[in-house]
Amino acid sequence: MNLFSIAIRSIRQRGLASILTCFSMALGVTLMVAVIAIHGVVNESFKIGQYLGYNILVGPKGGKLQLTLNSVYYLDEPIENIPYEYYLEFKRQAEREGDYRHSLRQHAHDLHWELTRAAQQTMGLGVSSGTAGMVTRLATRVVEKDSEENLPGKRDGQFGQFTHLAIPLLLGDYYESFRVVGTTPDMFGAMKFGPSADRQYLFSAGRNFKVHSSENGFFEAVVGSVVARQTNLKVGDKINPRHGSVDGHTHNQPFTVVGILDSTGTPNDRAVFVNMEGFYLMADHAKPVEETASEEETEEGEEDPGHQESEQDPFDTVTPLPLEQREVTAILLRVDALFSVGMPNLVNEGPVAQAIYPIREINKFFGTFIGPVLGLLVVITLMICIVSGVGILVSIYNSMSDRRQEIAVLRALGAERSTVLWIILFESLILSISGGLIGWTLGHGLVALASPIVEAKTGVVVGFFDLAPALPPYLPVSPELLLIPLLAILAIAVGLIPAISAYRTDVSESLGK
Amino acid sequence: MLELVDIKKSYRQPNGDPLPILSIPHFSVAEGEQVVLIGRSGGGKTTLLHLIAGITRPDSGQIFFEGRSIEKLSEAASDRFRATWMGYVFQTFNLLPAFTALENVLLGMTFSRKPVDRKRASQLLDRVGLADRMHHKPTAMSVGEQQRVAVARALANKPRLLLADEPTANIDTANQQNIIDLIRETAEEEQIALVLVTHAMEVADQFKRVVLLQDINDLKPQDHSEASGWVTPSAEKNAS
Repeated sequence: MNLFSIAIRSIRQRGLASILTCFSMALGVTLMVAVIAIHGVVNESFKIGQYLGYNILVGPKGGKLQLTLNSVYYLDEPIENIPYEYYLEFKRQAEREGDYRHSLRQHAHDLHWELTRAAQQTMGLGVSSGTAGMVTRLATRVVEKDSEENLPGKRDGQFGQFTHLAIPLLLGDYYESFRVVGTTPDMFGAMKFGPSADRQYLFSAGRNFKVHSSENGFFEAVVGSVVARQTNLKVGDKINPRHGSVDGHTHNQPFTVVGILDSTGTPNDRAVFVNMEGFYLMADHAKPVEETASEEETEEGEEDPGHQESEQDPFDTVTPLPLEQREVTAILLRVDALFSVGMPNLVNEGPVAQAIYPIREINKFFGTFIGPVLGLLVVITLMICIVSGVGILVSIYNSMSDRRQEIAVLRALGAERSTVLWIILFESLILSISGGLIGWTLGHGLVALASPIVEAKTGVVVGFFDLAPALPPYLPVSPELLLIPLLAILAIAVGLIPAISAYRTDVSESLGK
Repeated sequence: MLELVDIKKSYRQPNGDPLPILSIPHFSVAEGEQVVLIGRSGGGKTTLLHLIAGITRPDSGQIFFEGRSIEKLSEAASDRFRATWMGYVFQTFNLLPAFTALENVLLGMTFSRKPVDRKRASQLLDRVGLADRMHHKPTAMSVGEQQRVAVARALANKPRLLLADEPTANIDTANQQNIIDLIRETAEEEQIALVLVTHAMEVADQFKRVVLLQDINDLKPQDHSEASGWVTPSAEKNAS
């Protein structure tokens, strides 16, 4: 016989009261575990945006939070758009030159020289110099006379030397309830994610979309894992995005699903990604340009990937939308740490766009809005546990009047005052901690049951044995690791009053009763 | 082995005045001796046993156990001393209802400095005729069986002194003698000194040494409540 077994026997002797007391503690702890789990899930789901492989976000001037929510989590509406050429300022010359091949300005430059050569050939055919000169002047009047060196495609972007990776985002369309995001193949080809930015995006089916493919032209798409699961999309399926909202008109142009992403635990699980070139070619996605060259005709044999021939489907004969008619919603940047402070300042000083650190905005949002609410929930559940603890106090204290003689007998048998005090404290500890363990199990069971829904909604995976994350700098370890120690302290605090009552039992007087 | 010298004990009345209960110039028990202490109900017999056991402290005087003064021990030391060297059989058994017979006997060893001996506990229950009831709780036992468990518990830690406070008071007549015989025989076998308190003369007559409480309690009539009916030897002599 030891003090622990004596305490257990006493608890069993008061079976129903003990069960109810224990259950009340279990309920309080269940609630606390659930709230802490929610806190952890929300914390993780928001901060998971940090692990998307970019450190700066560029978008239109306006609300930083709106830009973050829209571009990282695909929530809320875009602020505005910024010119596509501004996006190209984050590129080096080689990449810019490729893009600028689709600009009206480049086409006009090419047309100018074509006309100039034509004029020269005309002169060689005996046409008067006056006529040839008029042709040349006409060409010059129509287009600006650019020297090769002045062409924008012939230089680095203003920020190109600072930028490792720049990926455009084009938002505004929907597929069912999910965002459709226009972007480039680099989004999943060059971008890496994860805490160390070393995880490659993988595909559970199919492949990444291409800028242009022989099978699907510009109109390829990949879908996130959650989208695929909820919409049953498979590789080969066609999707028609809706313009502007979930109820917007459906674009006639379908995209072919060529890949389904592996689950990443990021917001990318809950979006549809389409080739940027195809996005621009959908109706109402082109920005009107006041002075534009006439529409290009398809030319045979041209190597420009924007040109494709098809005798069957008119959409196969499209060319990429000119740069001047393009806008982007946001730009994801991976910038060398050395320039990650100065470059955003340069962007922000300009009139066109703003550059923000999404991590900072996420933490600010969490700390300002979400954190306090969750903290309040945790405080409330703590109070519930304290109330349960008071229930233990009342239960044990009420039993003391019936147990006075029992305690006196123990004392008469040689138990010291401190011994009976510890027996009572042990009872309180057993009720508290067993209630806490039951509550922990129930709470984690609830979280595990809800795990599929949580994962679908937030991308955060929670298992039965997963503890809530630590809360640095306040708490370096998971708050659940403090559960048992805190319950032990609570048990001792509430058990002290009946324990002192037992301690002060008058043996001689109580034995006679 | 036990000696009480100039022991005085009083209790506090509701109005705060002291109520003297005992005034014993001298009382002793030899090693292995069996003594019956007889007195009227409410006379202080239980108080005397409590004083010897260290459950309560005298207002003054000394108590020696095997030559060692024990009345000044700290409360914790007194508890340990009692657990190690004394056994106590209560009037109302005082078995703990949450524990089986065997566990109640083990409780008699739990708080002593001696190791807990499950085998001895089983043997004691066998000795008191309850080998087949050792896993039963007190509520499943008769009164006589419960008192036998209480006797076994009092003997569990191999005490040097056994104190029995009216052990047959709540027992039916048929079982009373069994209990008395059990206590006497066991005390004799294990060479345990015995102080048995009773108000029944038929019990007292079975023992060699019978002590009237009034003979050792030197309380004068005016020092004690008249309602108790106490008379000191000197007052009785004067009255006659």
